[in-house]
Amino acid sequence: MSLIWIVGLVFFLAFLAPFIDKRLGKVSGYLYALLPAALFVLLIRLLPAIIDRHFIVRSIDWFPLLHVRLSFYLDGLSLLFGLLITGMGTLVLIYSGYYMQHYPMRGRFYFYILLFMGAMLGLVLANNLITLFVFWEITSFSSFLLIGFNHERPEARAAALQALLITGFGGLAMLAGFVLLGNVGGSYELTDLLQNGAVVKSSKMYVPLVLLIMVGAFTKSAQFPFHFWLPGAMEAPTPVSAYLHSATMVKAGIYLLARLQPILGGTDLWQFSLGLAGAMTMLVGAYFAFTQTDLKKILAYTTISALGMLVLLVGMGTELAITAMVIFLIVHSLYKGALFMIAGAIDKTVGTRDIRHLGGMWPVMPIAAVATFLTLFSMAGLPPFLGFIGKEVIYDAKVQAPQIAVYLAILAVTANIFMVAVAFLFGHGVFFGKRKDPPKIPKEPAIPLLIGPAVLSVTSLFMGIYPAIITQPLVMPAIDAVNASPVDLHMKLWHGLNLVFLLSVITITLGLTLFFFRKRATKALRKFNQRYFKIEFTDLFRRLVENFLSFTKRHTEVVQHGYHRFYLMLIFIVSSLLVWYQLYHTRGWGFQANWEEIPFYLLGISLLIITSAIGAVFTRSRLVAIVLLGVIGYAMAFIFILYGAVDVAITLILVETLILVLFVMVIYHLPGYMPKYSRPASRIRDGVIAIVFGGFMTALVLKAEFIKLSPPISDYFLKEAFTKGHGRNIVNVILVDFRGLDTMGETVVLVIAAIGVISLLKLKPKKKEEEE
Amino acid sequence: MSNPYSNIFRMAATKLRPLLLILSLVVLYRGHQQPGGGFIGGLMAASAYILYALAFTSAEARKKLPLSTSALLASGLAVILVSALLSVFSGEPFMTGMWTTVHLPFGQELHLGTPVLFDLGVYLAVTGVLLTIMFDIIEIE
Repeated sequence: MSLIWIVGLVFFLAFLAPFIDKRLGKVSGYLYALLPAALFVLLIRLLPAIIDRHFIVRSIDWFPLLHVRLSFYLDGLSLLFGLLITGMGTLVLIYSGYYMQHYPMRGRFYFYILLFMGAMLGLVLANNLITLFVFWEITSFSSFLLIGFNHERPEARAAALQALLITGFGGLAMLAGFVLLGNVGGSYELTDLLQNGAVVKSSKMYVPLVLLIMVGAFTKSAQFPFHFWLPGAMEAPTPVSAYLHSATMVKAGIYLLARLQPILGGTDLWQFSLGLAGAMTMLVGAYFAFTQTDLKKILAYTTISALGMLVLLVGMGTELAITAMVIFLIVHSLYKGALFMIAGAIDKTVGTRDIRHLGGMWPVMPIAAVATFLTLFSMAGLPPFLGFIGKEVIYDAKVQAPQIAVYLAILAVTANIFMVAVAFLFGHGVFFGKRKDPPKIPKEPAIPLLIGPAVLSVTSLFMGIYPAIITQPLVMPAIDAVNASPVDLHMKLWHGLNLVFLLSVITITLGLTLFFFRKRATKALRKFNQRYFKIEFTDLFRRLVENFLSFTKRHTEVVQHGYHRFYLMLIFIVSSLLVWYQLYHTRGWGFQANWEEIPFYLLGISLLIITSAIGAVFTRSRLVAIVLLGVIGYAMAFIFILYGAVDVAITLILVETLILVLFVMVIYHLPGYMPKYSRPASRIRDGVIAIVFGGFMTALVLKAEFIKLSPPISDYFLKEAFTKGHGRNIVNVILVDFRGLDTMGETVVLVIAAIGVISLLKLKPKKKEEEE
Repeated sequence: MSNPYSNIFRMAATKLRPLLLILSLVVLYRGHQQPGGGFIGGLMAASAYILYALAFTSAEARKKLPLSTSALLASGLAVILVSALLSVFSGEPFMTGMWTTVHLPFGQELHLGTPVLFDLGVYLAVTGVLLTIMFDIIEIE
């Protein structure tokens, strides 16, 4: 089956979801899980081919003129991500089947989350940079909708907007970077660019394009200083946090960096920037996780820390570092997805997810407790879990890093000490200690809520004991894709007594120490935070946005003041002055007129028009003025008929009639006679503007005949209207065929105008009390 | 409310509405060959209903409409989009004109193509726009 279908099917189901939900009700949630499950199996079956390096490329033209192709590429890295997306997706949808069952607008939720799933699959399978960008933006957008899903909550709306603004800003920067990369590398196809890494690296545009793409990846993957949208995103329903904001979407940035590592990586700029951002993020995340009290916030900060670790590893770029990156990616998705699901399950059954109100839960929910501890051990990096292997490889990579090994090792150990402490804090705070005062009576969470954590924790344990199972088929091809050279890898649980193992022991011991002194430590750290980390990034960002908005508002108000008459005046004055200046400049005053050729009836019509115009200006009655304007219109239509423009004449007559009716309707609501609203001064001003503008139009029309810049296109239309347009009415053929796109746009504008009228007339302004 | 309108006007509006509608459709169809087209047709169709609304009330006129005014707007745009996309589905660039001839009994021929469909969309949208604006203004209290 083609890769395009994998993505297309998910989108298709997404659009059907609201209707299926209406028909089937609550059970529909479980049904959706079948699709990612099927895709998971499908991807597994593609594994052997990928291991043999038979990569799959499929593409169709999209915008051939712009070299944008809807092309897809499956290699080890995209396959790994594809498996994560579909596998986690299956579990999360089963979980949502129960979690979301009583939510209003459930169908919409499934629409959003499936839309995300399709976009994320498209993102990791895309071979074309522009295709990748489009899917990237769809993930940002669906993330926005899902964070703000409980849209009655102002916090949720604010968090959603914040996430959208930051990731959207990053996405635009990334697009600029992609365009540069495409120009420098000579193609938008990743498969081509992978061959051209040297050319890109030596080009002058290398620095700007790397920086721009990094901004995209960093915002998406919540790297410092863009990290703060992720804790805010915890406003989303928990299945969303488990899926988008820990296992998949936030890893899109990592994916992008890993994908481009063979093209852009290896330079000082790359290593330094990724290393710095990653290390900062890793420390900041781990540090702030320790002092949180909301379970989901704790997990969000540890996710930030993990993302920092991943970026750091991609930046190092050694074979070992990439290996560590790939393994840690799997490890983290497994344990973090599980922990989020558990946090949600506890929230659902107990009614709170504040760790200060929880405790002593293990006797009432033993299954949840076991699943939690299995995953926490993996997170803390204890043997025999996959997390242990992950941590070992990370330490190994850092210890063997050239030059800066010591610093990197210290950083990684520090962050991991906090991780260990947080893991124990989480488990102990929820399941041991004294039972506090939860809002609901605790009981074992429902089975569907536990399936996900159980599967994930057992997988993590199983993979830790038999690491070879994931090494050969999963990890190796992925490393191969990033490193662009074949690797040989043997993962083991037990490496023997060496420096790396020693670091592991130190980490766990210090982590446990920190856990045992948690009361004193958190108190001290909170005090420290209050004194030195007073800056709230969220507030800072909100103020930035507000200031920007008020700035633009002030400046827009100068130009867009909302007074219709001043807009018209400005347009009239500027356009006529420009033309008058040009006429004066070129001394193009003279024009020829052949008075004898003008037939007498035209003179009569002109006289009628002039008289009506003068009458319209001086009459005191609105009705008379409008009827006189109508007379002018009809007289003009007559001129059109005389010169054979029947179409224009018919249209003009109809429009004049309808405008007359419209005006009469409006006049009905106005006083019958025009009192002197305007002062003589402004009447004179208006008169001057009118004469100048009228003169300008006259001059323009008279001169237009003499200006021939290029052969007129009307000859072409005359010649081709019947052969190509199948019509003898050239005006109509131009409107609906030759210039059909213009007409399409004009029709849309008309419809928008009508909607504008509806909103002006039908929607009553709210009363003051309602607004407040 | 007693009847403030002239009976002659009312009778004229009632009889003219179908006539104007048929005329508008004729103008729409023949627009490609002779003076006419979707825009003019739409103006005529709208006048038929505006006349009716002036003779009776806008509510009565709305009742006579086969579609609501907003549905007219939407269907107009939809028809335009379909006419433009038909060529895409047969592998041609967006908005390529495609033509076919339908043979009717009595030796008549209907020459139909996507530009005619496009014009129908314009017709519907223009009718919708005018009626939306007119009815809303008539209904100002």
